[in-house]
Amino acid sequence: MAETNVRNFNINFGPQHPAAHGVLRLVLELDGEVVDRVDPHIGLLHRGTEKLIEAKTYLQAVPYFDRLDYCAPMNQEHAFALAVERLLGVDVPIRGQLIRVLYSEISRIMSHILNVTTQAMDVGALTPPLWGFVEREKLAVFYERASGSRMHAAYFRPGGVHQDLPEKLLEDIARWIDPFLKTLDDLDNLLTGNRIFKQRNVDIGIVELEDAWARGFSGVMVRGSGSPWDLRKSQPYECYADMEFDVPVGKNGDCFDRYLIRMEEMRQSAHIMRQCLERLLGKEKVGPVSNLDGKVVPPKRGAMKRSMEALIHHFKLYTEGYRVPAGEVYAAVEAPKGEFGVYLVSDGTNKPYRCKIRSPGFAHLQAMDFMCRGHLLADVSAVLGSLDIVFGEVDR
Amino acid sequence: MSAREKVDALAEQLRATFEPRGAKVIAAFDEATLVVEADALLETMQTLRDDPQYRFISILDVCGVDYPGRARRFESVYHLLSPSKNVRVRVKVSTDEDTPIPSVTGIYPGADWFEREAYDLYGILYSGHPDLRRILTDYGFEGHPLRKDFPLTGFVEVRYDDEAKRVVYEPVDLRQEFRNFDFLSPWEGTDYVLPGDEKAKH
Repeated sequence: MAETNVRNFNINFGPQHPAAHGVLRLVLELDGEVVDRVDPHIGLLHRGTEKLIEAKTYLQAVPYFDRLDYCAPMNQEHAFALAVERLLGVDVPIRGQLIRVLYSEISRIMSHILNVTTQAMDVGALTPPLWGFVEREKLAVFYERASGSRMHAAYFRPGGVHQDLPEKLLEDIARWIDPFLKTLDDLDNLLTGNRIFKQRNVDIGIVELEDAWARGFSGVMVRGSGSPWDLRKSQPYECYADMEFDVPVGKNGDCFDRYLIRMEEMRQSAHIMRQCLERLLGKEKVGPVSNLDGKVVPPKRGAMKRSMEALIHHFKLYTEGYRVPAGEVYAAVEAPKGEFGVYLVSDGTNKPYRCKIRSPGFAHLQAMDFMCRGHLLADVSAVLGSLDIVFGEVDR
Repeated sequence: MSAREKVDALAEQLRATFEPRGAKVIAAFDEATLVVEADALLETMQTLRDDPQYRFISILDVCGVDYPGRARRFESVYHLLSPSKNVRVRVKVSTDEDTPIPSVTGIYPGADWFEREAYDLYGILYSGHPDLRRILTDYGFEGHPLRKDFPLTGFVEVRYDDEAKRVVYEPVDLRQEFRNFDFLSPWEGTDYVLPGDEKAKH
């Protein structure tokens, strides 16, 4: 072929591609099989969450957070609850904190197991997602038994959690951990040493630590590049300061390191869950799960039958809601995908004036161009898989 | 060191560095905020990133906020993180609809999409941004949806027209009026006329 006939090739990847993990449209400019430029087009799942929250009371805003990163809904609610609690100046009783940590870690496992196994599927393995979804299903049942819903829980509310957990549920979660670790070992044996999986992931999508910080990366994406940065350790919230766990750190900053970190984080999460369960079934067996301030947390149904004050509180909280003092806060949690933050501006009324949702996936996805340049077309799906993108939170 | 002491110490440092240059430092809710003018933004960001006493090397968030009552209605809010000092800072710049803010993408490449988002949702202009396109809204969208004067329901709705075999845009038609309850009016009455009260004598 003459030199003049060679031209770059543009293709559309998605928005209906199984490896796009949702509705991502990537416009790829290819030079042969090498990626020259990536232009992600997002917003196909934009629902105007931030605008809607401005029109709702603080309590009505909680369910919107489940619909952001729908692989780990409770972590999102957690950030919002922390932001509102800091503006209101209310604290959460220890049993409530333990339940929050327990369910945050359940959510982390739910998210990581989905990501690790679908990443394996993106590079050609079919068995891991089948094994992973069995465990994930059990976790969804734990969600349902706590909140009544398998996904959109609305369980972490400003002031604490919605309901106490029955003892049987805690025992069942405790019994689930050991078989899960066995499954995790099986997955580990299947994937970690696998030649094809390594060929597709090792030395792909390398990010230097300096770039990772400057591009707003967080969570696994900076830990993979060698920084032991974990908000649960460095800026502890709830009772994470009392928990004992390790923060796995990568050396090379490639897709394989990020996979290994996610695998280890699931084991650490199981370890944290054990500590929570031990306290929830032992020393903290009884006690309030949410703040007892009737001006913020609605009364229990039993109290409403007997107490006039409780009835008034219930009526006021579910119509007008509570007013939050004017001010602005930024509350962040270590969500499975990275730092999930809520920037909340209150003007002293019963509705948020502005609620900016800082989702980790948004910052990670904008680096697609930076990470994929010079890689082969087939690596695009490996990089995308290791970024751990969910469109609910990217598009909001 | 508790969170409050840490923020107070940071606020002191920021005051010493930036108040001579005309910035304002606020410490509230255990968070430090730095309010600067648009022309000093790039210099401030550069100092915050490179000065060894700060090292805010990570940009976590850029977002807009709309205050229609102010002369310069928009605020562009930046959240920075210093992993080595383990502190956060918020930087705020005010602007109006026509005056651009210098883009910080040259200092923090991670600000790229966040500035596009603020442009898309609020119409805040960033000068020197490499690619200031819309990002979250539909192709060909008009208006800036997160402005306070943009209605919650928007102006157009889409549906697939089976005869034309394509998606068509039509003005929003609400079957039921959007119900927005006013919980804030005092007992003495409102300063506007309640629906149904139009004929009553005042």
